[in-house]
Amino acid sequence: MYQYDQYDQAMVDARVAEFRDQTERRIKGELTEDQFKPLRLMNGLYLQLHAYMLRVAIPYGTLSSAQMRMLAHIARKYDKDYGHFTTRQNIQYNWIKLEDAPDILADLATVEMHAIQTSGNCIRNISSDQFAGAAADEIADPRPWAELLRQWSSFHPEFSYLPRKFKIAVIASDEDRAAMRLHDIGIQLVHNDAGELGAKFFVGGGMGRTPMVAPEIRDFVPADELIHYAEACLRVYNRYGRRDNKYKARIKILVHELGKDEYIRQVEEEFAHMRTLGLNPPVEELARISAYFTDPAFDASAPDTVDLSDPDFRIWVEQNTHAHKQPGYAIVNISLKPVGGIPGDASSGQIDLMADLAETYSFDELRVTHAQNIVLPHVRKADLYAIWQKLDEAGLAAANLDLIGDMIACPGLDYCSLANARSIPVAQKISQRFADQQRQKELGELKLKISGCINACGHHHAGHIGILGVDRKGTENYQLLLGGSGAEDVSLGKITGPGFDEDGIVDAIEKVTSIYLESREEGERFVDTYRRIGMDPFKEALYG
Amino acid sequence: MADPHLRFRDDEPTEEPAVTLDAFLEQSNATAVRLESDEDARLLLPYLDRLSLIEIGFPVFGDGRGYSAAQILRESGYAGELRAQGDVLVDQLAYLRRCGFDSFAPEHAIAPEAAKAALERYPQVYQATSEGRSPVWALRHAGKTA
Repeated sequence: MYQYDQYDQAMVDARVAEFRDQTERRIKGELTEDQFKPLRLMNGLYLQLHAYMLRVAIPYGTLSSAQMRMLAHIARKYDKDYGHFTTRQNIQYNWIKLEDAPDILADLATVEMHAIQTSGNCIRNISSDQFAGAAADEIADPRPWAELLRQWSSFHPEFSYLPRKFKIAVIASDEDRAAMRLHDIGIQLVHNDAGELGAKFFVGGGMGRTPMVAPEIRDFVPADELIHYAEACLRVYNRYGRRDNKYKARIKILVHELGKDEYIRQVEEEFAHMRTLGLNPPVEELARISAYFTDPAFDASAPDTVDLSDPDFRIWVEQNTHAHKQPGYAIVNISLKPVGGIPGDASSGQIDLMADLAETYSFDELRVTHAQNIVLPHVRKADLYAIWQKLDEAGLAAANLDLIGDMIACPGLDYCSLANARSIPVAQKISQRFADQQRQKELGELKLKISGCINACGHHHAGHIGILGVDRKGTENYQLLLGGSGAEDVSLGKITGPGFDEDGIVDAIEKVTSIYLESREEGERFVDTYRRIGMDPFKEALYG
Repeated sequence: MADPHLRFRDDEPTEEPAVTLDAFLEQSNATAVRLESDEDARLLLPYLDRLSLIEIGFPVFGDGRGYSAAQILRESGYAGELRAQGDVLVDQLAYLRRCGFDSFAPEHAIAPEAAKAALERYPQVYQATSEGRSPVWALRHAGKTA
């Protein structure tokens, strides 16, 4: 894992001091709320329906045990004993007192964490593949590149007042576990013909009210030009992105309105200019960062077999573990989606337990996933049973990874001041309706994603089944979408037709899953069947 | 024409009023010009040698186009006064300086001590910009490449 040097630490400490000063001025009344708002937003502090919400950055979703324990400490000391892991691999606390916020940031700084640029119209926390450094299918670890971009984007003087927020994801395998092409910039590490590692750029993806899949705009950017190229992409956006309408201000609208080819032409022109300026860190800097991400000391003689005689354990292993690049090891997914639970929530006790497990069994490392789960990336297969038992005792052994129970949901109207409808109760009802393990397993991979408004924080456009909460004449109403995907088979879901009330949407989900079970061919997932047979049979079942 | 409240230059301020971009491009012997946030700074590149003041307007602090305009001008060798005018707040001063602005005409006066504190707050920078400070990555590798 990356570790701060004195420069990184000095920057974060300076931010804590600055925010403490700003908060004191606000509390004394020297700053109005209007003046304070842009300052607190640059530190991830939102004013929500009931309280302040603090969003803490978890760069590319990677955490140490000490950092994870700090998240538990904050939940316990400053919040209601829990936190909410988000679709951008961050964590949010929902019940923060303004006067505590500087102390929280100071506590975070002691473990090399912060809330910098977790909101505002700037470059947000860089996201990545939660299996980075562990997956068998990656060509390199994407995190050194993400860290290089994190530093470049931190306190960027030219790009801190962009037309709108800006999200970047970096992956390094063909399987996309980070919804890469639904980001403002998606980067996939690739080799060129000469065998050199570089970056393929996709620009202009996003969800929100106008969802778009990012087109590829350059097939290869060399490592020593990465920052030049990113600067070029951002400068064209900063200069020409729309500022007249906040709903048309994301880069996806610029790329769409200019056309991909014209955007590419402008970026290439700017790129040629950037190359003359020498703004790119030398390759030695990427090498310095990469040294923090070398493989842990794997046990080459770790046994590659697992005793699966306990049937419940077997189900969990089959569903929640993933192939590791190192023989004898597995990647463990801890589902934060217990039956009837709130997706992504974890108590301080659970967070501490996961930190302990990482320290004992996973080389001190954890990951947060965009599907709001936690990963132990490097676990000896021989330790899986002990881990599973401890998770089970803590209510963390739901064996539902990528099944219908493993749904994404935004905080919705229970917390969020933008929401039109509640997301959490709908998620809970669906989770209960499909609680039976056998039934979930029978339905197979089924990514269900729920947003409480068109801003799409719950990724409903990218769900095999998506649910969008809207306000219909003062009542919560839920639209159903089918056929989306945030993975390498990226696609945007389509609305089935008129929406449903809270109970109606749960019934509707049941109906569409029945059509799938009746119609599927061998080996087809829900989304495959939908793509083959189209919307009509589903519509017929829902509205016929 | 606003008087600059904060100036980080040793030379004498130009006496000439800044003309609009359109007027500048038409007449041409002016040495001071004002760019609105939606105007293209690159149109000035052929004339940088004879300009002594370029003022860039910030209609609202969140309109960040002026930062790119300033960078483009400095990257292209402009050495005259570069002034940020409009909704310019103390919280933006450090970033504006780093993009090459060296004078400020904010709509609401900024106390000099507040400006000083804001400019001295951050000990390091992560990016190379036209301002020329060595970013963290250059400091890290300075001994090895020098």
